[in-house]
Formats: sequence, C-alpha cells, structure tokens
Amino acid sequence: MATVTGDFNINAEVDVESIEATARKARTQSLVRLLRYTLLKLVALVVTVAIGVYITIFVANMGGEVDNIRMATIRENVALTATADPVFRAMATEERIAYINDRVELEAKRYGLDRPFILRSFEYLRDAMTLNLGYAQQLTSDSGSRMVRNIILERLPSTLVLFGTANLLLFFIALFAGLSLSRRYGSFADKAVLAMAPTSSAPPWFYGIFLILIFAALLGVLPFGGMVGAPPPDNPLDYALSLLQHMILPVSAWLLSAIFLTTYNWRTFFLIYASEDYVEMAKAKGLPDGMIERRYILRPTLPNIITSFALTLITLWTGAIITETVFNWPGIGQLYARAIGAFDTPVIVANVVIYAYLLALTVFLLDFIYALVDPRVRVGGGGPKQ
Amino acid sequence: MKTLLERFRQLRSYPTAVIGLIIIALLVIVSVVTPFIMPYNEAIRLWRGGEDIWGRYPRNAAPAWQNWFTSTDVSNTIILDSVEGDGNVTISDLSADTREARFSFEFDFPYDTFPPELTVFANARYDSKEPFVEMIWITPDGREIRVGEFAVSSNTSFRFNQDDRLQRRLERETGIDGVSVVHGLFDDPAQEGLQVLPGTYRLDSIGLLFEPESELDLAFVSYGEVHGVAGTDHQRRDLSVALLWGTPIAMAFGLLAALATTVITMVIAAVGVWYGGWLDAAIQRITEVNSIIPLLPILIMVGTLYSRSIWIMLGLVILLSIFGIQIKQYRAIFLQVKESPYIDAARAYGAGNMRIVFRYLVPRILPLVIPAIVTLVPGFVFLEASLAVLGLGDPVLPTWGKLINDAATQGALFNGYYYWILQPSVLLMIAGLGFAMVGFALDRVFNPRLREV
Repeated sequence: MATVTGDFNINAEVDVESIEATARKARTQSLVRLLRYTLLKLVALVVTVAIGVYITIFVANMGGEVDNIRMATIRENVALTATADPVFRAMATEERIAYINDRVELEAKRYGLDRPFILRSFEYLRDAMTLNLGYAQQLTSDSGSRMVRNIILERLPSTLVLFGTANLLLFFIALFAGLSLSRRYGSFADKAVLAMAPTSSAPPWFYGIFLILIFAALLGVLPFGGMVGAPPPDNPLDYALSLLQHMILPVSAWLLSAIFLTTYNWRTFFLIYASEDYVEMAKAKGLPDGMIERRYILRPTLPNIITSFALTLITLWTGAIITETVFNWPGIGQLYARAIGAFDTPVIVANVVIYAYLLALTVFLLDFIYALVDPRVRVGGGGPKQ
Repeated sequence: MKTLLERFRQLRSYPTAVIGLIIIALLVIVSVVTPFIMPYNEAIRLWRGGEDIWGRYPRNAAPAWQNWFTSTDVSNTIILDSVEGDGNVTISDLSADTREARFSFEFDFPYDTFPPELTVFANARYDSKEPFVEMIWITPDGREIRVGEFAVSSNTSFRFNQDDRLQRRLERETGIDGVSVVHGLFDDPAQEGLQVLPGTYRLDSIGLLFEPESELDLAFVSYGEVHGVAGTDHQRRDLSVALLWGTPIAMAFGLLAALATTVITMVIAAVGVWYGGWLDAAIQRITEVNSIIPLLPILIMVGTLYSRSIWIMLGLVILLSIFGIQIKQYRAIFLQVKESPYIDAARAYGAGNMRIVFRYLVPRILPLVIPAIVTLVPGFVFLEASLAVLGLGDPVLPTWGKLINDAATQGALFNGYYYWILQPSVLLMIAGLGFAMVGFALDRVFNPRLREV
C-alpha cells in the first residue's frame, strides 16, 4: 500500500554529501575502501535479514505455541488410525495406549518436536538463511509435492503475470503521465489528477469489490474471479484469451487504487526538479524543451526512478494477499494467507526470507547503480554513520 | 501556535478541504453520539444475539429506501403484537375453567410483492394444560382460509411456510400445484399468474385457555423484503447496528493509529539525532530490520494464533509502524536542525536534553507531521477493514469491515444483496476520502514549495 516515492530524496542528498568527502582521498585507497565498504555493507545486510527472519520465525511459531497445536494434531491422527485399524482393536487397552504413545513420540521426533523450540528456532533460521526451504507441514502443491520450493514455484507464474502486468502498467503510466503533467501544470488534466489523488486512500481490493459488483454481478460481462475459465481451455490461444479476460478486473482494481496518487507524486517530483537553477539556466540558453527534459530533468532524477522501479519489481514477489483473495487468484498472496491459516511455518518463513533477500540485494545493487548512472556518486563514500 | 491556527484558516480556500472537514466533523459527531444511543456492551449483545433478539426481523432484507428507486413497492415488515396492544382481543368464559381468547389482527397490505415469510409467535403462562390456538386467514375479497392450529407452550412459533397441511390446503383452494404458502395466502385469484391482492387482510386466532390462571399472548409477523434504514443480514440482524457502531471504531482505530505512530516516530527520530552515537545507530538498525518484517502477514499470524481483539491489533499496528521509513525522513531534517544556531543558544542558556528535544527539535517538523497524520488515517481505517475481510475482524464488535466480510462469505454479490456490501463500502470510502482531502490540502498549506507548483 505504501508508495515508494517518499524516501529517496534523502539517499540522493546523502550521496551528494559523500562525494565531497571521498573526492579528496587518494585514488589508490579507493579500491581497498570499495572492497571494505562492500564487505561491511554485505555483512550488515545479511545480519539485518537474519534478525528480521528470526523475528518472523518466532512469530510464525507463536514462540513455540504452534508446537502444542502440532503435537495435538499428531496425537489425534495416531489415535484415529489406531482405533480404525481392526488389528489394534483386538489389543488390550493398555497395550494400545502404549503403542499410541510410542507412535506419537516417533512422529514428534520425526518433526523434531522432541527438542526445545529455542534450539530448533536457530536451526530454522540457518535453513532459511541458506534458502534450504524444506518441506511444508500441511500444504501441498497442486501436483502433490510437499517441497516448499515446488509449492512456491507453482504459484509464482500466476502472481507474476497478474502483478507484473499491473505494476509495470502502473509504473510507466504514472511516470509518463506525471512527466507530461509537470510540463503543463495548472491545466485541466493536472487539476483533475490532483482532485482524484485522495481516492488512492482505498486499497485495491476495495475497488475490486466495486468492479466485481458492476462488471460481474450487474452486467455479467466479466468473470467474478479465478485465473482461467473452467474447464481450462486446451488451445493455448483460448487459454491466453481466458487469462486476459480474468485479468481485466484485478489489473483495473490495482491501477484504480494507485494511479492518481502515483501520477501526482511523480508530477510534483518532476516539478520540484524542474524549478532547479540549472534548469532555468538551460531554458535561458534557449535549449529545446525535449533536450531540457532529457538532460536536465530526467538524467538527474534517474537514480530515483530506478529505485522506484526496483522496489516495484520486488514487491511483485509478495503478490497481494487480499486482492488475490477477493479475486480468487491462485498466486503467492493466496498461498501466504493459506499457509498462515494452516500454521504452515515453513511456507510463511520461505516467503519472508525470499522477500528479505530480494530487498537486501536491491538495496545493495542500487548503490552501484547510482554510481553508474550518476557521475556525482561514488560507491563507498559512506553514508552519515557508516 | 498562532501560525498553526492561521495555516488551518488557509484551508478555507480549498473547497475539497472544506468538504473533507465537513465529512470528518460528521463522522466525529456520529462517533461521539453513538455510545450514548447504544452503549458498547449493548451493541455487542445485539450483534451476537440470535433468534431471541432478531426473530421478528426478516432475513436478507434490503433497506427500505430501495423502494424509492423502484417502480414496484416491495413488501415491508408488518408486526402485530397483542402485548403492544395491536389487534382486537376479546376474552369470554366458556365454562368454569375454559376461556376463549379471540385475537383479531387486521392489517393493510399495499405492497406489490409477496412477503418471504409469515410467523405467529405465541407465549403462554399455564400450569399443566397448554392453551390451544386455531387460526383463520381472511383475504380482502372475503375468502376464509383455515391456517392451522397448535398447542402453545411457553415460547412457541408457528411458521406458515413450514406447515405442510396448510400448503396442501392452499393447493386445493387455489388449484395451483406446488403453490407456496405465502403465494396461496396473498394471491389474487381474479388475475392470471401470481399477483398480490392488495387490501386489508385479517388473521383471526381463537385461543382456548384451559386453566383459570392461564394467559396467552400472540404476535403476528409478516416479514418484509425490505426492512429499516439499512436492511438485514443472513442472521436477521439489523445492519444499522453495525453501520452505526462501525463509525466510532473506524475513527478510533484510524485516528489513534495515525496519531500514535506519527508522534512516536517523530520523538524517536528526534531523540536518536540528539543523543547520537549507539542510540542513533540502534534506531537505524531497528528501522532496517523492521522494513523486512511484513506488516500484514505478521498481523494475520497474530490474529490467527493469538487474539483477534481490535485493540491488540491496534497496538501491534502501532508497534510495527513506529520504526517505519519516516524515521529516515525525519532524521534527515533533524540532522540539519541540530546544527542551527538557535539550538546552540538553547544549550548556552542551559536547556536540558529533553527540553531541547521536545521544545526545540520536535516543533520544527510539525509542518511536515500534521499533514502526515491526517493523510495516514484512511490507510489505517482501511487496514482494519482489510483484516476483517481476511476473516480476522474483532470477534465480538460489529465493524464496517466485518459487514463486508460477512457479505462476501455469504456470496452477497452473487445473490444480489448489493446493499449489504455497498453500505459499509460507501461509508469507508467517504471516511477515507474525507481525511485524504483534508490531508492533501494541509500538505499544500504547510509545505509552500508544493503550493507553488
């Protein structure tokens, strides 16, 4: 829900400060410092990810409370199978109870429930950090696999196709509309976007409900939800058409809920950059508008645009829990919701750890990308307190 | 403070802000008045109540105002209760012990559609012999139809739709195979097809009391297809209870969360910058870790595993939001402010650390923070609704989000109960828009750089 446009001014400013500091130092030291900086930054990021993931593991297990739920489930299942089996019915009661207890202990051992949670939580952390995602406890993939990797990979395409389309459309429409509005601020279109910006306070699922109401329930022209028609068409072309038809409403809901605010933010952002002195100077020189836009507005704002784009890309990973639930879209978000409902901690932790790694990697790479696109920035200049 | 007031006065020049302020004022008034009209515990009791509270309300009835927009006049609920003094009651002695109580309920039925259900509720006080009731239906054109008879224990209800003998009798009377009870009772035989015969109907009930001390009360309910200002849900509950109580809850959740997160974030950022060193570093690291922890999944996990109480959710939302990305933004500003000469001046006259933080640092970013608080409110209001839509709404409290969730799980859109989803959604939208419009205007008033462009 949060838009990413808020915080990158600071990064840019900090990096500008850092250039002056680094420029004075000798070139030979640069490489050493670059390496040390990279290493330090990597360590800091990994530690951050580890702490974040550990907190998630702790919450997802409710500090070990989930173990009790799982033990109760194991006991119930064992007792059920034992009573249902005619062989055991013939056994003496005590004998059967002993047998059940043995089986429960064995099962508990199999899941590692015989050792204290705190010890296991660090093993979970180790597995998560090494991306050894393991096996789900309850959920299976549609093909029947219990491996978390398979479960996630099976759902990834549907999330990517929906939110990839929606987010890329949103990003580029908002960027270019914002740029175009900044060129003619005060026009009717500009005022309209300004007036519509408050509508972005509602989340996508909210618009989803209205769209379903209008286009599915009242008009009956588009499906209520799901990814393809039932039964799924065999012909790839029909399949694609059915998929497109099912994507219209969720993509529209996603766009509706953010397009005005994001456009407004970009427009304001470009306007602030367009009022810089060097832009005025370029105008005074009589440079053509297109050139001013490319060289004097877009070029200096490139790091911010790239940051926003990178963050857009990684949010794809999480999908959208509620939007997918409302539209019954079989993606990662729905998987997330199901995993939480079934206390399936390996799946939850896998989702969080992958997101954390993607975020850390993005933050790490962005530093270098800034240096590539903006000659004023040098890697390893050090932030305010590095 | 004077400049703050002046700036708020500037809001008058923004029409959207004025509309927004009116909306917020209305919502606040409703929120303040609601607990007086219907106390907190009363709302919970009503919303959790079953047939005992909502028995005389129709199921899935649309709001009464729906009739204003349609050409057909849809049936409304009619309740005739002898306890309330409705209908004619005459009691006569038949013998020493036996008495006869005649209840004559006469009502006007001007609607174009059939009622979905008809029920007679009977309540009797007796020692050993149950009173006995026999009912006759008299249509406006004078036909008399025997409805049925039943013995009354303490709380008895006679549901017309569930009486097979009545249904078969009506099949014979009307000559229509498989006619339902309400159709048979209200159909106009002179017209083709099923058409309501408008006019004055009468239900005559004869109660026989076999003990001198026995008493009998009857109530007749013709359930409507529309009911009240907000309609009803699948459990016959009046939606106005939830719509009304949803307002203070949404306001409390949104305002408290927005205010608490922003103020605490601001103070943390100021303290971190002022003391610097390890404290500042720790705050920075916590913020980074927090950016990895996903808010919604954590809320869902706590909701599923621990408690769904809205107040625990509120606390958690605040806790997870205070180390938000704004800390970095505020920190950047405080770092500049910290070097200002007036801070040196304050230190020179001997101001303490806390005094500098709260009297000199914090006020400097108020222009940034005040619009932020207002702009954040809709997000939190919708967050509460989002949790409810995921089935994690507060288990006892009626909220707007829970109505949407109920409606979604009962397939309201699929079954055409649009009012059920539309009413809470429109309220959410209005509340969200109100705060967002004021927030945007405040942003422009407090940040002149935005106003110029």
